[in-house]
Amino acid sequence: MITQKPIFYAGLLALIIVLPFLFPTYGVQLAAMWLMIIVAMTWDMTGGQMGYNSLGNIFFYGTGMYVAALVFIGFSHDIGQYTDASGGGSFQFTDAQYFTGLFLGLIAAGFFCAVSAVVIGMLIFGLRGPYFAIGTLAVAIAAGELVSNWDWVGGGQGIALPIYPGDIDVGKKFFYFMFAGLGVSVFIFLKWLYTTRFGAAINAIRDDEEKAEAMGIHTMWYKLTTWAISAFFVGIAGGLSAFQLIHFEPLESAYQTINLGIFMVVCVLLGGKGTLWGPVIGAIVFHLFKEITWAYLLGWQWVALGGLIVVTVVYFQDGFMGWLKHQKPEWFGIRVEDSSTGKAGTAE
Amino acid sequence: MTKIIEVSNVSKSYGGVIANKDVSLSVKKGTITGLIGPNGSGKTTLFNSIVGYHPIDSGSIKFENNEISNLQVQEIARLGMLRTFQQTRIYGEMNCVENMLISLPHRKMSWRDRFASNTKTDYERADHLLEFVGLYEKRFLRSGSLSFGQQKLLEFAMALMNEPTVLLLDEPTAGINPTLINGLIDRLKRANTEFGITLFIIEHNMRVIMNMADTIYCLAHGEMLASGTPDEIQNNQNVVDAYLGAH
Ligand SMILES: Nc1ncnc2c1ncn2[C@@H]1O[C@H](COP(=O)(O)OP(=O)(O)OP(=O)(O)O)[C@@H](O)[C@H]1O
Ligand SMILES: [Mg+2]
Repeated sequence: MITQKPIFYAGLLALIIVLPFLFPTYGVQLAAMWLMIIVAMTWDMTGGQMGYNSLGNIFFYGTGMYVAALVFIGFSHDIGQYTDASGGGSFQFTDAQYFTGLFLGLIAAGFFCAVSAVVIGMLIFGLRGPYFAIGTLAVAIAAGELVSNWDWVGGGQGIALPIYPGDIDVGKKFFYFMFAGLGVSVFIFLKWLYTTRFGAAINAIRDDEEKAEAMGIHTMWYKLTTWAISAFFVGIAGGLSAFQLIHFEPLESAYQTINLGIFMVVCVLLGGKGTLWGPVIGAIVFHLFKEITWAYLLGWQWVALGGLIVVTVVYFQDGFMGWLKHQKPEWFGIRVEDSSTGKAGTAE
Repeated sequence: MTKIIEVSNVSKSYGGVIANKDVSLSVKKGTITGLIGPNGSGKTTLFNSIVGYHPIDSGSIKFENNEISNLQVQEIARLGMLRTFQQTRIYGEMNCVENMLISLPHRKMSWRDRFASNTKTDYERADHLLEFVGLYEKRFLRSGSLSFGQQKLLEFAMALMNEPTVLLLDEPTAGINPTLINGLIDRLKRANTEFGITLFIIEHNMRVIMNMADTIYCLAHGEMLASGTPDEIQNNQNVVDAYLGAH
């Protein structure tokens, strides 16, 4: 086992690197798959590991797009004039301006979303269960409406960004590797985080928040920090999407409720809630399923997708990892047998 | 000896039900104090008031001479006053060791400690305390699969892991096999003498509480009926009547 693990991870990394070269025409879809993996993993931080079903990713994704785009534009031009002209005409970006602006935009998007998570969280983390989920959805919808009516940030038209400076194929690979890099970073970060006391504390909040409070755990701090971390990553992912899409508008692409509100949750349920690998596996399977039905079942794709969602939610709630845990508990370090070694316990 | 908990004239009602009326008592540092009374006499309600689980209607509650009646549950827990639940609360999906590790005293952790992994000492302490309550052999089992009595013992061990100065125990022997109760009494006493934890215990088993407590308070119908040493309580006609009358 010990020697197998590094080989497994090395192989996986090699696959991630060669994938866009093996399937050069699927560059955009592969990047979209990474986006699903990222939003699924971050959704699982609050929804799976901490027990707070949040739709906050919708808000953070959209806000990440806007913050990244605005910082990018503001770095080289006047934002008001740029959005007035819908980005057309005389607004040029040098390569240096493009890449520096993009980098600054992504960082700003991450931090802005993390800070928003703390501010919004202080207001709505008092809500529990479905009320919390609805509260986070309300924030996203309100933000979408607000931005739609705000001309300085492009209003209902949205924002158009310049295309990647350089070869189109290189551009596709650039975004693939940005998303893949972010996804791998999130995975490694979570793999570590879930082994720390922090990971145990958010699990305790999920299992019995009142008990955690009674034991003096700083529950609010953990909830805010978890949400802020997940918002940070989603904000960056949103920013990346803005540059990849080139043009985005508030309701369909930024604050989108279907992809991020429903699909990300289905991905996690499919793969297994509250596990490290579940969201990753679920996002890959879901994405493949979606792409295949879109390509071969035209006209019926939504029906097929709806069917998959119903089957997952009704029959397969613990997902693939939950099923595996049940089949092979020893792989997860769970012992079902009494481990008595002759000496009887003093309890009954 | 100094008073570590001081409850003065506390009243608490739920809608029309007066659960505590004008209750006053004090717990001295380093002692074992008992709280008895018939079912529904307001014992758990008083514990809940002390640990900040609900606001009280009137009166004052002091911990180490500071007013705590307006603090929240977590804040009071972080002062070092902990409670266990009558219905037992553990993290059922985790195994016993994980339950112990999550009970480390978070109040003593810097934010960097919160992002650290548990140390070898933490694991040793968890094992040691599980051994102490007799659950060592069960330590890798999912805690939700333990019997009610074992879960009580686990919750007690978790409380000890938290290194409290005061521990409020709500019926620690309920559900424990009678043949094992003497062992539990012994452990409670050792928690008091060896770990120096002040204990405040709700108990229905008279033999148990008479055996352990330095001072006993008796509630009836939400009011303080009597207080004194175990001998005084045992010979108090009002207490005897309250218990007989409750049947
Ligand atoms: N949450 C609540 N809402 C309404 N009434 C309550 C609530 N909790 C307790 N009571 C009432 O308050 C009174 C005191 O209850 P409490 O649980 O404090 O008694 P107790 O002494 O702990 O009893 P027991 O020995 O059975 O545990 C009872 O009449 C009970 O019905
Ligand atoms: Mg009670």
